[in-house]
Amino acid sequence: MEQLVNKYANKLIQARLGLNSGPSQPLIGGLDDTLVWNRKADETRLLENVFKELDINSLVFLKPREPYGSLINFLAEGALKSNGLIQPKDCETRTFLHDLPVIKKFCAGQIIQVLKKRKSVIIAPGKTDDNFKGPAIVAHGMVSPEQGFVTISSVCFASFIKFFTDYLEALQTGLATADAHDLFDSIIPYVKPIQKKMPEFIPSPFPTEETVYSAIIEAGQKTVEYELVDSYFGNVSYFWNETLYISQTGSSLDELGGCIDPVPLDGSTSAGLTASSELTAHLATISHTRCKAVLHGHPKFSVILSMDCDPVEKAACNFKEQCHIKCPQKRLVGCTPIVPGEVGTGPFGLCNTLPLALEQANSAIVYGHGLFTIGKNNFSDAFRTMLEVEDLCRNTYFEKVRLLRKT
Amino acid sequence: MGNSPQRSWTGKIKRIRTYMHGWAGNILVIDLTKKSIEIEKPGLDIFNRYVGGKGLGGRYLRQCATLPWDHPDMVICIFTGPLTGTISPTSGRAHILSKSPLTGLVGDSSVGGKLATRLKRAGWDGIVIKGKSKTPVGITIKDNRVEFKEASGLWGLDTNAVHKQIRPGNASLASIGPAAENGVRFASIIVDRHFAAGRSGLGLCLAQKKIKYLLVDGTGHSKVKNPKKLKEAREDILRLTAASPALMGQFGFTCLGTGAVYDLMDNRRMMPTDNFQRTRFEHASRLNAAAYAKTYGPKKHGCLGCHILCKKIGTRNRQSMAMPEFETMSHFTALIGCANTDLVIKANERCNCFGMDTISVASTLACRREITGLDYTPDKVLSLLDDIAFGKGEGKDLALGAKKYAKKMGAPQAAMAVKGMELPAYDPRGAYGMALGYALSTRGGCHLRAYPISHEIFRKPVATDRFSFSGKARIIKIAEDLNAVVDSLIACKFTFFAASLEEYATAYEAVTGIETSAQDLLKKGECIYYNERIMNALNGFDANDDDLPDRFFTEAGSSTNNICIPPINRDVFLDARKKYYDIRGLTINGMPLKDKAQTLGLLWNNL
Repeated sequence: MEQLVNKYANKLIQARLGLNSGPSQPLIGGLDDTLVWNRKADETRLLENVFKELDINSLVFLKPREPYGSLINFLAEGALKSNGLIQPKDCETRTFLHDLPVIKKFCAGQIIQVLKKRKSVIIAPGKTDDNFKGPAIVAHGMVSPEQGFVTISSVCFASFIKFFTDYLEALQTGLATADAHDLFDSIIPYVKPIQKKMPEFIPSPFPTEETVYSAIIEAGQKTVEYELVDSYFGNVSYFWNETLYISQTGSSLDELGGCIDPVPLDGSTSAGLTASSELTAHLATISHTRCKAVLHGHPKFSVILSMDCDPVEKAACNFKEQCHIKCPQKRLVGCTPIVPGEVGTGPFGLCNTLPLALEQANSAIVYGHGLFTIGKNNFSDAFRTMLEVEDLCRNTYFEKVRLLRKT
Repeated sequence: MGNSPQRSWTGKIKRIRTYMHGWAGNILVIDLTKKSIEIEKPGLDIFNRYVGGKGLGGRYLRQCATLPWDHPDMVICIFTGPLTGTISPTSGRAHILSKSPLTGLVGDSSVGGKLATRLKRAGWDGIVIKGKSKTPVGITIKDNRVEFKEASGLWGLDTNAVHKQIRPGNASLASIGPAAENGVRFASIIVDRHFAAGRSGLGLCLAQKKIKYLLVDGTGHSKVKNPKKLKEAREDILRLTAASPALMGQFGFTCLGTGAVYDLMDNRRMMPTDNFQRTRFEHASRLNAAAYAKTYGPKKHGCLGCHILCKKIGTRNRQSMAMPEFETMSHFTALIGCANTDLVIKANERCNCFGMDTISVASTLACRREITGLDYTPDKVLSLLDDIAFGKGEGKDLALGAKKYAKKMGAPQAAMAVKGMELPAYDPRGAYGMALGYALSTRGGCHLRAYPISHEIFRKPVATDRFSFSGKARIIKIAEDLNAVVDSLIACKFTFFAASLEEYATAYEAVTGIETSAQDLLKKGECIYYNERIMNALNGFDANDDDLPDRFFTEAGSSTNNICIPPINRDVFLDARKKYYDIRGLTINGMPLKDKAQTLGLLWNNL
């Protein structure tokens, strides 16, 4: 357990959600028969009461670093003025978190009440005279501290997406507040441009199966390194020798060693049972496009722009509450189509929409979810496309904001 | 209904009324000795506390827990849950409980088909059957009308023949076969032809009371407090299951059935082979779910109201047949050293017809093979199945189960069982949570109590290190509580590879109108599970029984260059078990504590 609490504390830092010193240092407790923490902290006393009341085996506590701290501050204050919930509309929240409850104080009773029902709780910034300075996020796990890590990472991602989508919409409708403008301006220095220098990839063609594994592992690592995913989750596949090699479900893109499933196209085994939720979409993409490499990440501005819709058109749309599954418009960012679709293989699964879109372009954004790119023979092309699309989305977003603020 | 000229006794019951949501509010108590019928109407507090299914059934079982399994006053409980009969996903399962003739432990089984839904629609939350009929009897329930039908003419028939005679139509039919009638300790109850209530020998419990069948039909509806909220919870659950490769992926249970696991177990070197002497079967790659799909073209089938539809019905030569579940596929090949899919199909069909648990019977055959050194031909396997079901020749001894058979043969170490129940098809040397889960399970060698396969193999909710006991004691305890409440709500455990109690708590709230949370439900699960520990302790079970066969601590599995399958380190295992006792609130000897029982609000008897 010691090893796990330390591992996920470090991962929060590596993900640039926490810091290795100061208030944003992650605090993680793991409980088997005894409780262990990754570090000493004042908060452990109160959090130990949470452990006593809940059947859990781990807690992750984080005061997120900037820009997430300020974003969550803003959203939490807004939530407390209404129903106490932040309700992002991205795919991660809709599918796994449902909503993000907010409480006013760092108080065991309130934390327990929320965590009895949900995976996380956000503690609002608090008043200036409070001892506790928020915001903070607490998330639990019943199997591993990894659950809390994933949840907190998703909360930060969802909050980021929500603020930027809400802000754009507020500008479009003329409802942006002074506080929102101030926050936007203050966090811009933290929203750095993406790295544009292409990394080196193992060149194709790949001579052996081992090289395929190495290439997939490398592609996963680079995607994380360039901050093109949240929670380290996305998926990667490569088609070689009539077999699709694909990252496993719930695998961390920076740790794909031992987490790649070979799925023969002849259907002779069911080894793909533990493959990524998007296996069907990857297989269909390979079949529709004849490409060999598929890369899926969650670059933030691609996700944000996928949710941007003209407010007037949206108000008149019959599917305005179901954009993620039924958006009727053909929408593009540059040449990249935006398609609706949910995770997996359900009737509204992205496996029904994505492969067709990738037939038309070498990239497609799934509404509120993430970006898929393909490479004819190698990951280098897929990765370059991912960088280009995200860069375009980022530039497009800021240009829209600039123009709207000017008017 | 068929036209058989059966005599019948009819019980008349006043029109049932309830003001509850979720529960019907009525429990049917049948006394077969007196041929009498009563209604019990527990209050809302009892329903909310015990939930339904395993929980509520366990409450009735506790009252006679120390009686022998075949005592006339021993009860058989068949329960639904508050979610049964609603649109809550995978809520169409029933839970059956009694004392196990195989193990002497709490004996229970979750069973699919339409039994639970029909029972609930008939206005019953559950049935408690006590007493013993002098002659074979069938029980028919149509809404509030209960009849006892003379069934001597059906005694001796297999479950398929019973189905053909009764012709249940829209009703649900649960029946036993000759295995139960002839005293097989692992006899099953077969529901709606294809769904087995297996493992604990519950078929024999019915046979002992001379019940040949139960036919249930209902025309009512479950009352839901907040249909809109339930619809939202349903959508959340469906969204999560759609995202699960194990459930809804193209290699998942919905397409290939549970047999989809076969390749994984081979790949992970966890396939019990030659009675657990090895963990790799070299013929596995041609005996997998894909091979069955190619030959039998299986179609989807499943419990009433389920969207996963993991049951598969295949066709060959215009004959339809149930495809074997993963455990049956594995044990009738690797475990007994046969490499023949036809044999598996035939053995599965025969076990369902005779009403026998496929895991237990195959494991007992594997035990026989190890002891005698005699390999099997397919014909020999099938003839032994006949001998077991009809109590012929050495079949009489094999019908006792692996533990008693091996003891009788002077080789108790050859029984791969925990507390007398034969182990399923996950070798514990390849998943240490599974090792702990097997040892601690309240019904013996069972993978479903804690179901650690979820995180150790399927990576859900996240992956854990399958070769480590670190953290597993608490994980197992929490999972046992979770699955206890899942079997009470009722929902299918498979759904929890994707969804969680978070979503099902919302469904529970929506259906019953009672505010709850995932953690509240988990607490109810803890009470239900601790109650089982108490019942087992009352029957003399303690830490000596919470253990695995020696083989797993002394012999290695089949390693590869990349995967090492060493024997389990016994000291580390015992340390994890000790931690579990501490976390569960048991003594160092695995016995329940009075204070803990009282904290959980459970009845306490001096142990």
